[in-house]
Amino acid sequence: MIIANNVSKKFGSLQALNNLSVTCNKGECIALIGPNGSGKTTFIKTILGMVVCDSGFITFNGNNINNNWGYRSGIGYMPQIGRYPENMTIGQVLDMMKDIRKDSATFPLDEDLINRFNLNNLLHKRMRTLSGGTKQKVSAALAFMFNPEVLILDEPTAGLDPVSSEILKEKILLEKSKGKLILISSHILSELDDLVTQVIYMQDGTLCFHKTIEQLQADTGEHKLAKAIAQVMQQ
Amino acid sequence: MERNQQIVKYILFILLLGVQTLPLRANTITVGKNKSVATIKAAIAKAMHGDTVLVYPGMYKEKNLVIDKKIWLIGIDYPTVDGENKYENISIKSPGVLVQGFKVINSGVSSIEDFAGIKIYNTRDVIIRNNKLDNTFFGIYSQYGTNCTFENNEIRAHNLEEQQSGNGIHCWKSDSMRIIGNQISGHRDGIYFEFVTNSLIWRNDSQKNLRYGLHFMFSNHDSYVTNIFKNNGAGVAVMFSHHVKMFNNHFEENWGDAAYGILLKEISDSHIENNRFVKNTIGIYMEGVSRLQMKKNSFERNGWAMKIQASCMDITVSSNNFLGNTFDVGTNGSLVLNTFNGNYWDKYEGYDLNKNHIGDIPYRPVSMYSVIVEKNPPAMMLFRSFMTSLLDKTEKVLPSLTPENLKDIYPLMKPLRL
Amino acid sequence: MKKVIKYVIIDILRNKIMLGYTLFLFILSLSIFSLEDNAAKGLLGLLNIILIIVPLVSLIFSTIYVYNSAEFIELLVSQPLKRKTIWMSLFTGLASSMTLAFLAGAGIPVLIYQSDVTGLMMILIGVLLSVIFVAVALLAAVKTRDKAKGIGAAILLWLYFSLLFDGFILFLLFQFSDYPIEKAMVGVSMLNPIDLGRILILLKMDISAMMGYTGAIFKDFFGTVTGMSLSFLVLVIWIIMPLTLSVRNFKRKDL
Repeated sequence: MIIANNVSKKFGSLQALNNLSVTCNKGECIALIGPNGSGKTTFIKTILGMVVCDSGFITFNGNNINNNWGYRSGIGYMPQIGRYPENMTIGQVLDMMKDIRKDSATFPLDEDLINRFNLNNLLHKRMRTLSGGTKQKVSAALAFMFNPEVLILDEPTAGLDPVSSEILKEKILLEKSKGKLILISSHILSELDDLVTQVIYMQDGTLCFHKTIEQLQADTGEHKLAKAIAQVMQQ
Repeated sequence: MERNQQIVKYILFILLLGVQTLPLRANTITVGKNKSVATIKAAIAKAMHGDTVLVYPGMYKEKNLVIDKKIWLIGIDYPTVDGENKYENISIKSPGVLVQGFKVINSGVSSIEDFAGIKIYNTRDVIIRNNKLDNTFFGIYSQYGTNCTFENNEIRAHNLEEQQSGNGIHCWKSDSMRIIGNQISGHRDGIYFEFVTNSLIWRNDSQKNLRYGLHFMFSNHDSYVTNIFKNNGAGVAVMFSHHVKMFNNHFEENWGDAAYGILLKEISDSHIENNRFVKNTIGIYMEGVSRLQMKKNSFERNGWAMKIQASCMDITVSSNNFLGNTFDVGTNGSLVLNTFNGNYWDKYEGYDLNKNHIGDIPYRPVSMYSVIVEKNPPAMMLFRSFMTSLLDKTEKVLPSLTPENLKDIYPLMKPLRL
Repeated sequence: MKKVIKYVIIDILRNKIMLGYTLFLFILSLSIFSLEDNAAKGLLGLLNIILIIVPLVSLIFSTIYVYNSAEFIELLVSQPLKRKTIWMSLFTGLASSMTLAFLAGAGIPVLIYQSDVTGLMMILIGVLLSVIFVAVALLAAVKTRDKAKGIGAAILLWLYFSLLFDGFILFLLFQFSDYPIEKAMVGVSMLNPIDLGRILILLKMDISAMMGYTGAIFKDFFGTVTGMSLSFLVLVIWIIMPLTLSVRNFKRKDL
């Protein structure tokens, strides 16, 4: 579904992505793992077209995403730090996004998370007054709202309280069961245990490995993802 | 006003004198198709001293009409005298002639001779009034004329080139002339005076002439009063004369590189009062002028209200209004021998603490940028830019380029009622 | 595109600076006209507003707005929207708000006190300058990633267009005063939209002086229908050129 082919990106002298080639298919739930600054967010932004790669290309459903914009209607994106126009209220942001995406969205809209996070009670609040956690809730709600075939979640649970975190995890599992492609980048490996089917491990912009979780467990002999990764890192 | 009334009385007096000197046993000869005489020429030949020739409407192509005896030639309903583009229509060579009520058209054009619609040769006491002149080379021409009156004539020409065109009213070496209420347009110069003395130009309307509305040279002790000079190629030029009085005239929209409301050159002992200068490129341009009184004039929306070259001295500019001019005063030197006191300048930004209606700090009518433009004319393209306003403001605080002495020490706070 | 423009305009209109700018223009122009006893002087004051304040506010406000909307732009870019659409919406929103503010703030007083050719020309030039400097600001903002640098660049650009350029021209005029450079100056004036606008207004306001020696050359060019249309074409190019460049830059920009 998403194929990255020899993607490279430099920011000044920093090699953010180095010849990265990855294939992600439908129905997979992929954990994007790597130390800080390993290029996870850059890779996600490249897929979304927010960062334009220097060489290589990415295809989405077989189409090159370069100079293409329509494909993004198939992606729900939850950024690491949700940043929104400060003067707008939650309600306005939600309305605006509905307005922008209404041509490509599948109806009915998925307002499950809005209800479960109780965002309906906060609709009149301006974005600049919100806590980091509430912004994350808005981000999450937006990512799932339009029933996209691909979900890209950048550190989804960072800043969320345990209850909300659990709600979000349930939602991810639900969507996974619908056969969607889900890309999650996270530091908190323990959270990913029950969720992911595959692991992409990156370091300094290069792909270290891309394995199914079963294979990783077999290779390392560890059952828990956290321990397995720790073992990989020690090697 | 009082002066005008005096002039009116003076003119009435002259006219009455003319009536009284009529010979008592004068005959009247009528000219026309079914009249006693068919041509004007024959009537003039037949007429005796003091007779009246009455001309009925019609087209008279009689080559050159010469009036060599004292007669009155009066047209009824504008009979047309056609010069067929070859001849001078009417030549007057006797004193005391009156020509009235004719339509004079198509005089000859020559580069050697000055053909005119009506021309006076070396004579006196001639009255030319209420005629319509159209397409004549010169309109009315006086050569060595004395004590003549040209009144209420309509003089039009339609030439586009100066060489093809003569002057509307042309006076050369004449004295005591009265040019009153004529309307002149399309000639080279509307009114031309050269070596003319003791004369009056009053209530004329001179517009759209190719060169000057009024051209005035070597003519002393003359006045021009209540005339309108509008839209002439180069405005009005008054040169090499003294004791000239310019009152109550209106100078408007004389636009162009060398166009002036008035161009004054080598003028002395003269007065410019109560005139209005509106929308001229340069209201008054002065060069070599001395002992000139300039009072109660109004300068409105001109490019430069006045330009005074350094060759001028003893000019007094007082009690004038300066309103909405792009530049008030321009000059080319730093020597100032003229005074500028008690005027109203709309650009004055001073204050009046003692409430005597006179500003407490002097006004400098020469702006820095007008000095720059004087030195470097293309700099006009930067006029009114942020930078030039800054320069002007700096100059106001610390004068360096503008003449130190050119200032109005008693600038008025309110415009004068003129 | 309409949708995004709608949100940009709503956002700008909610901005207090914009309201302040409109009020500032309005009070300033009203007081200029009612304090001066003759309208010509009022126009002169207004000319300074148009040539100095309008470009300054247009530049600085737009630059700051673009930086402050970084989140908004980021959010939009991750959505199924063309980048060109996003950028053009931003431009349209800013340009129409600046125009609206100018028309309400300065246009209405001009129409009340001086609704002649000069006044109308001033309004037209004011609107064009507002839009031109929004486009220039967008270019400055897209070229520099750092907010402080971007605002600095905007101020420098303003300084350049309203002061340095003219200083340079004056220098040239005196350096080459022995040569017939008047005609070349017509061309040079096209390189600065503020100068071009000012000359167009000058030809209405100071027509008498412009009929003089050098003015005549400007008059002969800018006074004709061809020259006039060409000048307005150049002003429109001054909108299109920076805008196209900024769109091209934005398309390649990493967020």
